[in-house]
Amino acid sequence: MSTPAFSQSTFNRNLKKYYTFYTGGFLIFLFALAAAEQMGMSRAWIGYWFLFATIGLYAGIGWMTRTTDVAEYYVAGRRVPSFFNGMATGADWMSAASFIGMAGTLFLSGYDGLAWVMGWTGGFCLVALFLAPYLRKFGQFTIPDFLAERYGGNIVRFMGVICAITCSFVYVVAQIYGVGLIVSRMTGLEFGVGVFVGLAGILVCAMLGGMKAVTWTQVAQYIVLIIAYMTPVVWLGVKHTGIPVPQFAYGYTLQKLGDVEKKITADPKEQEVRKIFADRAAAGRAALATPDKSYAEGKAKVEQNLASLKAANAPAEKIAEAEKAVVAYPANVNAAQVQWRREAGLAARAAPPRPHAQAFPGADEKAQNTARLNFIGIVFCMMFGTAALPHILMRYYTTPSVQEARTSVFWSLVCIFLLYFTAPCLAVLAKFDMYTNLVGSSFASLPAWASAWAKVDPSLLSIVDINKDGIVQLAEIVIGGDLIVLATPEIAGLPYVVSGLVAAGGLAAALSTADGLLLTIANALAHDFYYKLIDPTATTGRRVFLSKALLVCAAITAAYVTSLKPGDILFLVGAAFSLGASSFFPCLVMGIFWKRASKWGAIVGMAAGLGICVYYMVTRYPFFGINMPLWFGLSPVSAGMFGLPVSMITIYIVSWLTPAPSKEVQELVEHVRYPNLVGDTMVTEGR
Amino acid sequence: MQLTEKHHEYWRKNLVITAILFFVWFVFTFVEIWFARELNSSMTFLGFPLAFYFSAQGSLAIYVALIGIYALLMKKLDKEYGVDEGDLE
Repeated sequence: MSTPAFSQSTFNRNLKKYYTFYTGGFLIFLFALAAAEQMGMSRAWIGYWFLFATIGLYAGIGWMTRTTDVAEYYVAGRRVPSFFNGMATGADWMSAASFIGMAGTLFLSGYDGLAWVMGWTGGFCLVALFLAPYLRKFGQFTIPDFLAERYGGNIVRFMGVICAITCSFVYVVAQIYGVGLIVSRMTGLEFGVGVFVGLAGILVCAMLGGMKAVTWTQVAQYIVLIIAYMTPVVWLGVKHTGIPVPQFAYGYTLQKLGDVEKKITADPKEQEVRKIFADRAAAGRAALATPDKSYAEGKAKVEQNLASLKAANAPAEKIAEAEKAVVAYPANVNAAQVQWRREAGLAARAAPPRPHAQAFPGADEKAQNTARLNFIGIVFCMMFGTAALPHILMRYYTTPSVQEARTSVFWSLVCIFLLYFTAPCLAVLAKFDMYTNLVGSSFASLPAWASAWAKVDPSLLSIVDINKDGIVQLAEIVIGGDLIVLATPEIAGLPYVVSGLVAAGGLAAALSTADGLLLTIANALAHDFYYKLIDPTATTGRRVFLSKALLVCAAITAAYVTSLKPGDILFLVGAAFSLGASSFFPCLVMGIFWKRASKWGAIVGMAAGLGICVYYMVTRYPFFGINMPLWFGLSPVSAGMFGLPVSMITIYIVSWLTPAPSKEVQELVEHVRYPNLVGDTMVTEGR
Repeated sequence: MQLTEKHHEYWRKNLVITAILFFVWFVFTFVEIWFARELNSSMTFLGFPLAFYFSAQGSLAIYVALIGIYALLMKKLDKEYGVDEGDLE
């Protein structure tokens, strides 16, 4: 159905009706489950209900919106109203990392974590001002489409395809990882099984209906995820600030938190624990300085201890303990070094809590300025990366008009803002709750949620009585960032159904982002690579079929890579943004705002930006083992801070050195600059 | 096609609007971060240290407002210069 059977306004009205019913239905489902819990439904069953009901729902929407029409498949028929496109973009944008990880990062790093909050919202200003309306006027199907038309030639398109696939693939691996984690947590299924259950949901939806199905599923997913995020925060807010919109009142909680932090810093028992860690760290460092000698000495010491206990006829349990120490002693120097390094790392736990609101902590002025530079680096790369990630830019092809594209960016940011301005609030409330209720409680009567989570996964929460006084000190607690969102319902004392809801929200966030990314990858391959570069005579049916087949391939490859559990996922995500900022942003924006930007300018500029970015990451990121000194102390995640300016300058210089673009290209630039030109005969919109 | 003087004027005004909003964006992002320490120690707002407030809430709200203002101004400008897309409904 490439031509709408009814008018846009009837369509809009129906949409509102459907989604109002849907939201109401979802709330009834929640209340029904809450009632069932009261009547004794088990936790595992609540988990299953959430998992299968939500995935079934998304798959159902996918089935109802299946299509084989090209325009429907690639750009949802270009009739998604701005508000709904905003919600879909919000879900597309907010990944598992935003939903589950963000509040935890803020909990752990205070003000410094706000770099991510700013970076992941402010980028939409750049999208609105420099890209969305112009790309919408151009109106093809993918981002490489625009680069190829504007700069002419297959080299540019090919480079665009490579960049789009690289950024998206790196990002989608992180999402599928999140899906597996949440599903296995929700239902107790194995990680690998969780990955494939989630993947099935993604595939039914994205494969059957392409962009059309993905859009309408993402709207549904946004509704689930925002309800899931807000519910516990509102409760926690009422508990600590007395009002249900704690976002505006947690400033005072933040002040109280500052007082608690001061008290903890000065508390003698806390200092005692920190001293223990400082001593252990110092001992570890000393041992590392002379490994062979320390190893022999340490071994002799435990053996001697055992011998003297045996000689003195000590009680059996003391001897058993000493025997255990001899057995547990590292088998060789290398193993011992690993252990000492871990001990030396305890230095971090010897430090008093850092004031939550303090900006750029550091020992001296220089360290503080480096911290500030790195904050700026993250904000810069995340913002310009936002304005370059193809799965987001593609969404603005789906609105009915240029004007709607502009308002759509507005609604996108409103939808994203709701979650991102709540995350710092959640972090402060959870921290205050933990510092006042958990710290200082006795080990014999830990709050139920704390003992439960410490049992589930020690990497999320571990509490060990270091100084053996039976009281919990802050320095004795180790928290994994992901705990904050997952455990908030229990911290706030809410029924288990809310925990299930939060997990369902995390799942919605991960699935929706994975949907959009996989679609971008498949479209880049099927549309740009196969149809435009290899076989321009392919029929529309063949193109859509191929895109669906490639989607399945991309999903399976991504799931396979995920199952290898590649290391630092946050670095990968950050790297995807830096790469996007260095490669796409300069040539897209200069292509619109500067008519003189030429083909070779774009090619050399893209290569230079990407090159410097990759070079800085490879030579500086510890994973690659080269570890050259940092420039200005800037961490390799923010390599885009060098890549983007280099790319812009290169485009500028090379464009002046090479011939100006043809008259047709200049007319194309004029064409995209005006929403509607009377007498303009150029039609670029793909159908 | 040949653009008229009016078209060029539309584009110039568009650039002015874009530049002003971009400048505001820059101030509430990078200038704010640059002076975060000074802002934090200078005053509190609703109980928040000022830089914390902006990074966690204020700048975000300004981003939303900037995009909203851009959409409204451009809608008006489109109509004024006759380059709007007409009533689509």
